[in-house]
Amino acid sequence: MSLSAELCRTMYKDMWRIRLFEEEANRQTNLGNVMGALHMYCGEEAVAVGVCSNLRKDDYVLGTHRSHGHCLAKGADSRQMMAELYGKATGTCAGKGGSMHIADFSLNMLGANGIVGAGIAPATGAALASKMRGTDQVAVCFFGDGAAARGTFHEGIGLGSLWKLPVVYVCENNQYQQWVPRMNVAVLDSVSDMAGAYAIPGVSVNGQDPIEVYEVAREAINRARSGGGPTLIEARTYRFYGHSLGDEQQYRTPEEVEAWRTDHDPIKTLRALMADRQWLTDQEDTAIQDEVKDEIANAVKFADESPFPDAAEVTTDVLAPAQEAG
Amino acid sequence: MMRTITFGEALREALHEEMERDDTVFVMGEDVITHGGPYKVTQGIAERFPGRIFETPIAEAGIVGVGVGAAMAGMHPVVEIMYLDFITCAMDEVVNQAAKMRYMTGGQASVPMVIRLPCGAGRLLAAQHSQIMESWFMHVPGVQVAVPSTPSDGKGLLKTAVRSPDPVLFFEYKRTYTSKGEVPEGEYTIPFGQADIKRDGEDATIVAVGPMVQKSLEAAVLLEDEGYDVEVVDPRTLSPLDTETICESVRRTGRAVVCGEDSSFAGSVSEIAAMIGENCFGDLKAPVVRIGSPHVPMPFSAALVKHVVPEVPNITAAVEQVIS
Repeated sequence: MSLSAELCRTMYKDMWRIRLFEEEANRQTNLGNVMGALHMYCGEEAVAVGVCSNLRKDDYVLGTHRSHGHCLAKGADSRQMMAELYGKATGTCAGKGGSMHIADFSLNMLGANGIVGAGIAPATGAALASKMRGTDQVAVCFFGDGAAARGTFHEGIGLGSLWKLPVVYVCENNQYQQWVPRMNVAVLDSVSDMAGAYAIPGVSVNGQDPIEVYEVAREAINRARSGGGPTLIEARTYRFYGHSLGDEQQYRTPEEVEAWRTDHDPIKTLRALMADRQWLTDQEDTAIQDEVKDEIANAVKFADESPFPDAAEVTTDVLAPAQEAG
Repeated sequence: MMRTITFGEALREALHEEMERDDTVFVMGEDVITHGGPYKVTQGIAERFPGRIFETPIAEAGIVGVGVGAAMAGMHPVVEIMYLDFITCAMDEVVNQAAKMRYMTGGQASVPMVIRLPCGAGRLLAAQHSQIMESWFMHVPGVQVAVPSTPSDGKGLLKTAVRSPDPVLFFEYKRTYTSKGEVPEGEYTIPFGQADIKRDGEDATIVAVGPMVQKSLEAAVLLEDEGYDVEVVDPRTLSPLDTETICESVRRTGRAVVCGEDSSFAGSVSEIAAMIGENCFGDLKAPVVRIGSPHVPMPFSAALVKHVVPEVPNITAAVEQVIS
């Protein structure tokens, strides 16, 4: 799909879905309703939305510990996701996964992942399955800049390139590896420069600009789908919140964060583009935001009203049922 | 109809039959085409099933990780790790990925992957090519551990492993590859969690794992001369473990020796011994004796190895101890 008012509106709405879902999850964490750690994706919305807007429902996505955005952009139900964060039986993973492990196999969202860099080889495997079956499904793996230091990055991308698989590796370089500025612990500024080692195309893109991400991802996904093999995309981005909630963020200044929020908010960027092309009136903007607010309010209501899992669920889903019986 | 073939040949047959049966089954690993695998188990697959065997670079985490993803996407990978010791390079992929996916996703994910693991002593390859880690993986919920001891069990268990909807760690003791045994013609599988009584007896039970089954059978013959009638139970899979068959045997004989090549300290034999103690205490006429490797890395010299891997005299002595 080429750039159109309709596509931009969809992307704009999806970015709002991610932003408001997370801000609400943050609020519900403080109220004690959301359990466990929350790694906020806010600020990075253009990456998930720009990439996933090019995907079909049957394409595969694998994520990270910071994957609310990837799930929502792939089309996951915000009610089930919120219920998962609440630890409820109606959650995406029946309350067994939580924020870091949300998966929705009905959308071929094969899972967020609590281990840095651990999705790269499995995404390559999903792409191998697609190639062996002769379907034209593409696998997309999102991972952070920290993952580029792991051996799984080398091994996974190496195999994807060797077998020319339909996979796109998307590095979300948000410039901080947990609590450490990335360049304190890395020598190569641009992760996409590493693509040369695997003889695949590598491209860096402004991860705060959804249109730029969309276009770069479109080319990579089309190449993968048509048998051209993998691409490594580095999206230069920024997380508006700390590593996880409660992070004191001593590694950066409030001014730095404020500057990114003011000048590089992907939602503002897209809104400005749409306003410029007269694709979004103030009225339409308000309507979109109201619609998303309703969706998130519904998600909270659903999560609130859902039951917690039964104690018997502790021992289910370890193995497939037949073997549990055996 | 039976015929006599080696353990390695039996495994090869199982792979060929399963690949014939289901075209989502494929093989992946180091040297699996050019060399046919280190023990030739994957020989002939490339010719018969082109496009369904992948020879990889030396990248264990990548190989197992790719297997996890392919399995979640509906394929049935049979992955070979050249030596069990090298699975440590892919522990995250086994323990955090393959094993936990079904649970973490609330039952959405299935990871039907077999990881074949040539293992154990036998070729004097020393500490980094000879270890046994049965208990490491028994400890991980979400994976299954199979330890066949004979060609016919090897074939039947491998076919079950390939068909399992959940990951299987398939331990292949290196010195078993060339051992011969009767294998039925035609189609059969052996269910997981079903121990096999390899020899009936009344005076004591030896629960023997992997290559210790053969040694226990040899010990039983020697013990017969002493007037002892010993039963040998082969669990065949350690996870799931057929506690029922083991306990039934021990309750009947009242005496138990548990024997494996895994370290006896926190090893597979320890879990079995504890399980027997917990369930059969009232029927035991003597404390359960464990035989395993001492808590040391595998040495190199044959002069040292023979003091590490349990041998027939260790087993006969243990049986004498529980009977006397």
